[in-house]
Amino acid sequence: MTFLNRKDIAAIAILAVLLLAVLPLCLDPFRLNLVGKYLTYGFVALGLVLCWGDAGILSLGQGIFFGLGGYCMAMYLKLEASSPEATKIQSTPGIPDFMDWNQITSLPLFWRPFHSLAFTIVAVPLVPVLLALIIGLAMFKRRVGGTYFAIITQAVAAILTILIIGQQGYTGGVNGITDLRTLNGWDIRPDHAKIVLYFINGGLLIVCVLLAQFVRRSKLGRILVAMRDKEDRVRFSGYDVANFKIFVFCLAAGLAAIGGAMFTLQVGFMSPSFVGIVPSIEMVIFCAVGGRTSIFGAIYGALTVNWARTTFSEGLPQLWLFAMGSLFILVVVVFPDGLAGIYRRYLDPLVDRMLPPVRRRIPVAAVAETPQVSPTFAE
Amino acid sequence: MSDNEINTAAVSATRRRVLQGMAALPAAAAMLPARGNAAGPATATVNTTGLAVTDDTVTVGILHSISGTMAISETGSVEAEKLAISQINEAGGVLGRQIKVIQEDGASDWPTFAEKAKKLLVSDKCAAVFGCWTSASRKAVLPVFEQYNGMLYYPTFYEGLEQSKNVIYTGQEATQQILAGLDWVNRTKGSKTFYLLGSDYIWPRTSNKIARKHIENHLTGCKVVGEDYFPLGHTQFNSVINKMKLVKPDVIYAIIVGGSNVAFYKQLKAAGVDLNKQTLLTISVTEDEILGIGGENIAGAFACMKYFQSLDNPNNKVFVPAFKKMWGEKSVIGDVTQAAYLGPYLWKLTVEKAGSFDIDKIAAASPGIEFKGAPEGYVRIHENHHLWSKTRVGKARTDGQYDVIYETGDLVEPNPFPKGYQ
Repeated sequence: MTFLNRKDIAAIAILAVLLLAVLPLCLDPFRLNLVGKYLTYGFVALGLVLCWGDAGILSLGQGIFFGLGGYCMAMYLKLEASSPEATKIQSTPGIPDFMDWNQITSLPLFWRPFHSLAFTIVAVPLVPVLLALIIGLAMFKRRVGGTYFAIITQAVAAILTILIIGQQGYTGGVNGITDLRTLNGWDIRPDHAKIVLYFINGGLLIVCVLLAQFVRRSKLGRILVAMRDKEDRVRFSGYDVANFKIFVFCLAAGLAAIGGAMFTLQVGFMSPSFVGIVPSIEMVIFCAVGGRTSIFGAIYGALTVNWARTTFSEGLPQLWLFAMGSLFILVVVVFPDGLAGIYRRYLDPLVDRMLPPVRRRIPVAAVAETPQVSPTFAE
Repeated sequence: MSDNEINTAAVSATRRRVLQGMAALPAAAAMLPARGNAAGPATATVNTTGLAVTDDTVTVGILHSISGTMAISETGSVEAEKLAISQINEAGGVLGRQIKVIQEDGASDWPTFAEKAKKLLVSDKCAAVFGCWTSASRKAVLPVFEQYNGMLYYPTFYEGLEQSKNVIYTGQEATQQILAGLDWVNRTKGSKTFYLLGSDYIWPRTSNKIARKHIENHLTGCKVVGEDYFPLGHTQFNSVINKMKLVKPDVIYAIIVGGSNVAFYKQLKAAGVDLNKQTLLTISVTEDEILGIGGENIAGAFACMKYFQSLDNPNNKVFVPAFKKMWGEKSVIGDVTQAAYLGPYLWKLTVEKAGSFDIDKIAAASPGIEFKGAPEGYVRIHENHHLWSKTRVGKARTDGQYDVIYETGDLVEPNPFPKGYQ
């Protein structure tokens, strides 16, 4: 694992222990399920670190991909919950209830493949990635970037929301796709199922953290950072900047989609309120609070903001929005680099002093190439 | 009160168990006078499923949006529910227990509704929850209530097509609200052609579907000459107003909701459509909405629902001043607000009939519960957990109130799955 240095390994170990041991032991199933929900935003934040923090592409439309991933999963679950026996009071049994209410009498074509779990598992990341690819090709090949790109992602988010709400016979409209029951015959509603889903979610998140760290430490990751800081110079060095941008945008979309699918499984429904502009901006806020250049910061940011949201709204139902607003302003004014900034400024030097010094036996050139890698951990 | 409920969920669960254990002691010791509240029966007998019931309190939840776009509509419901609960507490509570309220904010966000509903049922063990407004929020919490066996009192008039052991629908379902109004306009105005309008989501679409079937199949010689939908929050109605001016329908049947109403009625007036000459029947504009629309813009329009603030009956004459005393002289009371007020009372009556707070017993005891003190007049719970209620037609005045000009002779039966209308 050459892409991980000692601190990365320690950070991943801490995250894994926290998610997979400490929280499950300390929290009751209800709170644990909530943490599971927060963690699904961690996937989005992870993607944003790569896309925005590293490559400098601010996407204000991650809700699109989160929502699409969630909808793919929800369509599969809804079809399973709409067996002819379960829906026999409808005019047309065997189709989802909202279709029946909208006078649709047969299952639309694009719903049919979602009878298959295998297809769904492929579609969850693939559909959003394809859309990201199309947006990326259309934008980056024409060298649209910066603010314009952010605005266009917002527009796409708005369009998708309007489409979903307008086509309620095919999508469930404003209500979304609700009342999801089983995954391939396994009931996802009881507490023990939620706990299993929580662990799957936590495990997947750690795999995605490894993947993201792999990308960041590779040559590709360094090109992304270079592109953020001096795009022209990278272009003149002979790299096709557009392709790198498309790649990282698609990767972020795929990560968000996995989060969306896990969200649907844990919360039990999907609705357009996760697709639009507001949730997309919230996702950027999670990332900003945590620190947009730190993978771990972003995940802790997603956890912190959502936890604060729940706590404030339970404790101060009348005032909680003000409390949230103050939190955001405070973070941006006092700690522009978010939680990760606090860590880097105050804790990291301490950690450095505590860790035993790295014995540098590798040649000087290699050290320059891969700093901080000790031979002990280079396996 | 919600602070310590939350921060110490685990602790309070333990405390609750201890209290329940303690409550069981006097019952076992055969009616010792030492019990906390001599008025009510022993906790162990009225609460066998671990709800938040002690010897002198019972905890219920209120779950509405008090922030976000729906706050403006849902605030009235919160106020009505709190009024009813405080009145019940003053009169001695339910089975000798004072009602404690835990309020949560759904924040106009459907997943938040689901999260908070779960919290109210799982962590707080609420004996009943009064809440939700939009269909979307109800659809989001319904699986939660069914899974954790809670009881929801839902106040809004809605599209029907739903029935649950765990919900009491205190508003009207679509057929109750629609059919009588269409019959009335056809009979008294001789209207033959109808133009259907609506915001684009499930309630207006389902309601217009029912209206269309009724117009085409049950009213002789009547037909629908147009049907259009607009996204929520839409504010440009000029093109449809022009279309209607060309078609000249006898009745404009409008189910536009929320802020769009303001634009719609203002543009209608600006286009020279005089609502005293052009019949307009709506099922979505209560006194609350007129506050935004402005009475002068909608005066002359007809609204069809079950309650108007101006209703002349003894119950309402007590209810309106009590509401204004608690929430201010300027507050208005719409149909949904009144329906929300019914929730706590219906729950109280049901608990007393069942002699228990247990959800299963309440669900079973609900059919047949009568509430004679309802501001709208007498109501009764049907086997399908909806209310028998009268339907009324009001004519909007310039001061933002309605004159009640028609009411059905009998209570209208709720029929959430109407045959021939689907």
